[in-house]
Amino acid sequence: MNFDPFVIPFNIGLYFILIYAVVRCIIWFRELSRPDKLRLQRGFFGRAFGQSLKEIFLESLIHRKILKSNPRLGYMHMSLAFGWFLLIVFGTIEANIFSEKHLNHSYKAIFFRFFHPDHGKTFFENSYAFLMDLILAFILSGLLIAVIKRFSSRVVGMKKTTRLKPLDKIALTSLCLIFPSRLIAESLTCGAYGTGSFLTGSLGKALASFLPANELAYPFWWLYSLSLGTFFVLLPLTRYLHIPTELFLIFMRNSGIRTGDKPGTYSEVEVHSCSSCGMCIDVCQLGFTTGINTIQATYLMKGIRNSDELYDVAHNCLMCGRCDNICPVGIEISPIRMIVRRAEGKEYMYENTSKGYFRNRLTVPAPKQEAGTSYDFLPRLRQEKTDVLYFAGCMTHLTPSVKKAMVRILDASGLNWSFMDEHGGVCCGRPLMLAGNDREARELTNYNSQLIEKSGAQTLVTSCPICYKVFRESYYLDAEVLHHSQFIKSIIDEGFIDLNFLQKRVTYHSPCELGRRSGVYYEPREVIKHVATLEATAFDDENSLCCGGSLGNIMLSRDKRQKIAEDVCSKLTECSPDSLITACPLCKKTLSQATGTRVMDIAELAVEALADTPGLKMPRSRSKKKLLKEPATSLR
Amino acid sequence: MEKFGFSLSKARVINYDANDRGIVRYIIEREPSLKLCIECGCCTATCTTGNFTDFSLREIHILLKRGENEQVREKIRKCMLCGKCILVCPRGVNTRNVISVAKQAFRKTEGYEL
Repeated sequence: MNFDPFVIPFNIGLYFILIYAVVRCIIWFRELSRPDKLRLQRGFFGRAFGQSLKEIFLESLIHRKILKSNPRLGYMHMSLAFGWFLLIVFGTIEANIFSEKHLNHSYKAIFFRFFHPDHGKTFFENSYAFLMDLILAFILSGLLIAVIKRFSSRVVGMKKTTRLKPLDKIALTSLCLIFPSRLIAESLTCGAYGTGSFLTGSLGKALASFLPANELAYPFWWLYSLSLGTFFVLLPLTRYLHIPTELFLIFMRNSGIRTGDKPGTYSEVEVHSCSSCGMCIDVCQLGFTTGINTIQATYLMKGIRNSDELYDVAHNCLMCGRCDNICPVGIEISPIRMIVRRAEGKEYMYENTSKGYFRNRLTVPAPKQEAGTSYDFLPRLRQEKTDVLYFAGCMTHLTPSVKKAMVRILDASGLNWSFMDEHGGVCCGRPLMLAGNDREARELTNYNSQLIEKSGAQTLVTSCPICYKVFRESYYLDAEVLHHSQFIKSIIDEGFIDLNFLQKRVTYHSPCELGRRSGVYYEPREVIKHVATLEATAFDDENSLCCGGSLGNIMLSRDKRQKIAEDVCSKLTECSPDSLITACPLCKKTLSQATGTRVMDIAELAVEALADTPGLKMPRSRSKKKLLKEPATSLR
Repeated sequence: MEKFGFSLSKARVINYDANDRGIVRYIIEREPSLKLCIECGCCTATCTTGNFTDFSLREIHILLKRGENEQVREKIRKCMLCGKCILVCPRGVNTRNVISVAKQAFRKTEGYEL
């Protein structure tokens, strides 16, 4: 027996998905920019290829990252992905070894038991059947967890699971039906012929004892084939497209392609690679503190896939980067969110054609140039020559204690320094960028760049991590940009200031823009350890929380910000420290309104510990000391 | 007709009822905290832009509420969205979003009325 009509739905599904995959790949490849095409070609024939294969095995099949952070959820994903993979591989081998001819049709492997019902008589055949049963049991255990997760997500250790659209539900149902129907179909056939191993054999025997097994098996083979076919045909329209797309994502990422700031093939592949696993929902502070459960990364990806209205989803986000960190697929969520923010003004980023099977990107119309500049009122400022230039930033001007502390430290260091925005400066431009207004931001960055250029400074010190990030990444300065925590660390190392050790227990709140966004964790910690006892918290470094004051979110109301700040404070002051240390004036401002514990900036802590040094009495910018060594760059 | 040396002077009244309050309605719908503004002027006092020019967020709020949109359209572009005003606002008005939504409203109504 070589053919039966019930395999037709499966065959239609399989060939449809294969042809679709080829066409889709060609379209995606053609839309890549020229340098990216070269990168991909080089990656495909180079060392990146092996690395990609390894990553595909570890991440797409074993799901190592999910396993690490949440073993039960990881087991669920692993059993479905790795188990299915094993079932296909061993099924193909089985079909090729045991059937009369080799190189069979693909359906022969999938429906092997139907075409060879009396298989399993000899010992070797029987042990192979045992292996296949074991794999099936492995998958079914994962499926059981998945079904339970649908009803109660707490079981897998998740607070929330993703909401689905109707088409996803149909695909999910067909996916859930695949393996149980296979189990029943195989069991009934095995029961009728007295074959099968521990799972199919014993279940088949039990069923065959009171049911006409041979007649009943046939409809279940139909169900098995139909659910496979339905799943394959619906795959491109649902979130299950992530199964094939993730492979491309891994290849592209290992070839060195990055998201950038315009929509393109890579961002589209990323969007489709989101498996809606929901890991980003659990780490989102807007979710677990303020109860906003519509804006998380997985919903952003879903919204882009479905061409939904995304203004709220894109803008109501703290841009803290906690989801970028946790994403097991490694999707660069924040750059994609910024692309959506920039695309504001036109209705959709993507449009659907052919009922969603092929989606075309809309060409972004160039924004209408408004006459003149927005900031032509800015004065031509004079800037004296100096070695170290200090830029306090808008937020530091609102927390004068930080500013004063920095002035004292700079004076004490004896360096030749100058205060760039002593009488109020111009914004660094990052708040405008975060709101998606890049053109306006460029006017401000140009203005500040000229000023810094004029000063001839070798070092630019800033107190605000928001400014620090933009100075480093968008300004193209000759001067080295240092956050004040890095600066304090370097002058301690150089011996320009002496600090006493304070009898204080403190905890450290790592600001998002300084920590996760810029990778500066080491220096602030070192400075704090130099002068006080630093207590560990459950939210250190990569796992740090956002204070809630973030300028990345333009929509969040003050009540909700306050709620986040109170939540963060209660978590960071659990060990009742003497003070809560942070390195960002905005964090300080937000947190100090939400706790009774004293919130201090790292500069204030350093000033408190400042021993009397001769430099302190010297007027500013007289000394000829210079930073000799290159200050330590951040340890990522 | 006898002339007494009197004449009808040009009207100096601003008729708020005749003004287009569509923009402010659009903003309040999206950022209801604008209603909380008591026009105290703290935002203007701390403003980065206000340091260099006569830009005043308080004035903008008043003009928007009155529906004198044409004056706002140009002025509003001077804002740098730096966010100091949010931190000093005693009433918790989300001033950055007011500006952002107002810009959006002006972009949408270029040549149209809401």
